[in-house]
Amino acid sequence: MAARFRIFRFDPVLDPKPYYRTYEVDAEPTDRLLDCLNRIRWEQDPTLSFRMSCGHGVCGSDGMRINGICGLPCQKLVKSYDEEILLEPLPVFQVIKDLIVDLEPFFERYRSVKPYLITASLPPDGERRQSPEEIHRLEDAVRCILCACCTSSCPVNQNAETEAYLGPAALVRAFRYLFDSRDAGMEERIRILDRKEGVWGCQTLWKCTEVCPKEIPVTKQIGQIKKNIYDAKKAGG
Amino acid sequence: MLIDHDIVIIGAGLAGLRAAVEAAESADVAVVTKVMPTRSHSGAAQGGITAALGNEEEDRWEWHLFDTVKGGDYLGDQDAIEIMVRDAPRAIYELEHMGVPFSRTDDGRIAQRNFGGHTREYGKAPVKRACHAADHTGRVVLDTLYDQALRHQVRFYSENQAISLAFDEGRCTGVVIYDLASGSLRFLRAKTVLLAAGGCGKIYKTTSNGFATTGEVLNLAYQSGIPLEDMEFMQFHPTGLFPLGILVSEAARGEGGILRNGLGEPFMERYAPRIKDLAARDVVSRAILTEIREGRGVGGKEYVYLDVTHLGEKKIAEKLWEITSFARIYLGIDAVKEPIPVAPTCHYLMGGIPTDGDGRVLADETGRIVPGLYAAGECACVSVHGANRLGCNSLLDLLVFGRRSGKAMKDGVANVELQMSSDDPVRAAQEKLGALMDREGKEKAHAIRRQMQAAMMEHASVFRTEEGLQKGMERIIALKERLQRVSVTNKGRTFNYDLMETIELGHQLDLCEVILESALHRKESRGAHSREDFPMRDDENYLKHTLTFPGSRGTEVRYKPVAVSRFQPQARAY
Repeated sequence: MAARFRIFRFDPVLDPKPYYRTYEVDAEPTDRLLDCLNRIRWEQDPTLSFRMSCGHGVCGSDGMRINGICGLPCQKLVKSYDEEILLEPLPVFQVIKDLIVDLEPFFERYRSVKPYLITASLPPDGERRQSPEEIHRLEDAVRCILCACCTSSCPVNQNAETEAYLGPAALVRAFRYLFDSRDAGMEERIRILDRKEGVWGCQTLWKCTEVCPKEIPVTKQIGQIKKNIYDAKKAGG
Repeated sequence: MLIDHDIVIIGAGLAGLRAAVEAAESADVAVVTKVMPTRSHSGAAQGGITAALGNEEEDRWEWHLFDTVKGGDYLGDQDAIEIMVRDAPRAIYELEHMGVPFSRTDDGRIAQRNFGGHTREYGKAPVKRACHAADHTGRVVLDTLYDQALRHQVRFYSENQAISLAFDEGRCTGVVIYDLASGSLRFLRAKTVLLAAGGCGKIYKTTSNGFATTGEVLNLAYQSGIPLEDMEFMQFHPTGLFPLGILVSEAARGEGGILRNGLGEPFMERYAPRIKDLAARDVVSRAILTEIREGRGVGGKEYVYLDVTHLGEKKIAEKLWEITSFARIYLGIDAVKEPIPVAPTCHYLMGGIPTDGDGRVLADETGRIVPGLYAAGECACVSVHGANRLGCNSLLDLLVFGRRSGKAMKDGVANVELQMSSDDPVRAAQEKLGALMDREGKEKAHAIRRQMQAAMMEHASVFRTEEGLQKGMERIIALKERLQRVSVTNKGRTFNYDLMETIELGHQLDLCEVILESALHRKESRGAHSREDFPMRDDENYLKHTLTFPGSRGTEVRYKPVAVSRFQPQARAY
């Protein structure tokens, strides 16, 4: 079958402004959109740039907007689309070239939540004990692959006035450590999260949850952080 | 442009990051990665990490040692394997202390599962040895180590491709890197360089490996005069999702999954009566392909079924979330109710750059050390995996030898000064890239790459023959000639993947030649190297490591002995 693509193009060195170009590729219905992108680049237009690495939704490299919705083209099959497929870079972040955006601000926010285990005591000789229920609480959050689809889809991050919001991905990583029974960094992290640019920036709009390629209940997890902070404050008077 | 660091590490997978975290305690460490950090292919590892913790049942490092030796068909160096398996429990606890979210037993210990070839009492029955975080172990360890690297102020050169290694009087003095975003070259001058950039599975048509797994660092070392060891041993993982080749973890069988042929028979009991579906990977891959060849593939096609339907929805959701999501997304299959179509897929290079137990690169069969150069992980060959790696021993290898390399480098740089190179390595690289960009020709890299992948698949995958390997070599040599007429169409400077992939293709074709030459010289069957014209293992003539050197008239093959300490070679049956 023939698949038609309309792709956002921009080379800051050559192009005064972005434009769209249309391509047609011969594809199997079960081909990934990423396979089509590669075929376009290899056989039709070697100037097209996009990121990729694992090709099966584990590395998080190829986040982009597919018909307006942020997702991974390595997880989408041609047969799911009837008409022309529109591919654009992730919103929120600055375009470097074509479908590639500058993710440095994304990782900067990620780093700001102290994404590592903070402990109060020296580790034992063996493992720290953790019950299956305690680890089960983290299982959704640790599936995060940092593809940035959630943060790019968040209307709060998209709004220029509130773009300083940490965004869902950083909050999911904060959740992963806050609710880890081995972690003792609650107070330090709450100082970072208990701000209007922190967890209170979330307006519960569910866009992050809708697009997450790893099916993480992002909005619910942010809600649990909110509740945790609320409870901690109430308990502390 | 010149930038100085104590230590430069190429590769941000588990070996590179583990080394970086270790060395950054007292040295200035930079990590170069051609993708972004956390995108490295270590993240695609699913099943777990082996260690004789004995959390679920009795286990001993001696059993782990034996299994690894036997799994590698007696080609692994037993002194190196002993280092690895004895250090395994410490390596796991260390990860746990860093925060890796391991699955747990009811009493709160790290959970362990069965994995192929891992047994109790020297082969008697399967043992639960694989520590895991559901079926995304590699990904969560990668995330944890990246977080630790950030905490230790490691400097990352993200989306930078290694172009050449610089040497001065035999000492490695740094690496020239190409920045994809700006198209500019820089020389990272270093007291020590660690090569930790993974394998080269992308030279095969069907592979579980990511697009970045093109092996250029192996060839950069080789073209610098450093030998490559045991390159004929390329592992095909038995269960790649058909037809894409995406990894379906052995964890599926570790948790109780069963392989079935087109007749519905659980055929592994014919090939490995004692441990059946939990036999070593080379054995299972050959079994699957034998079933297919003899017409017992599903519907006469080139795949068999991996059946987990009897495990129940709860266990599948908890322990096999990722692989069932792959089946659903790519094939529309609900693994809770239907079997998953699978076939062998190119997965892991057992061979690589020869090193000692601390990651120091070895220049020849006498064990002479290359000053300033280390290697760890899949691109290195210590050799702990011998002729066939056991599942979950790879992450262990990365962690143990990544750390040991980091430690040795950290201790070593204290007494070393940065060297001035006699020539300008950036200018040499600039001229090479410039010539490539200016070259005119009608050939296209993608067409040559596709034919390379087809040729390697056809002639140098699971089953091999003299005739096939010769044919493969002819095809690769012809493709190398055509490569000289490849032009780069994209003349841009920003994220020019056309240029990058053309460079990679040159490295890939060189590696194909080394693999084929090594395979032609080994006239026996051992582990993953199965010669149909020499079906038996031949310890008298081939209990030795292959070393290939870049000679003036092509690949030169030499050998070095295998370190055999505790276990003399025996017949290998599962």
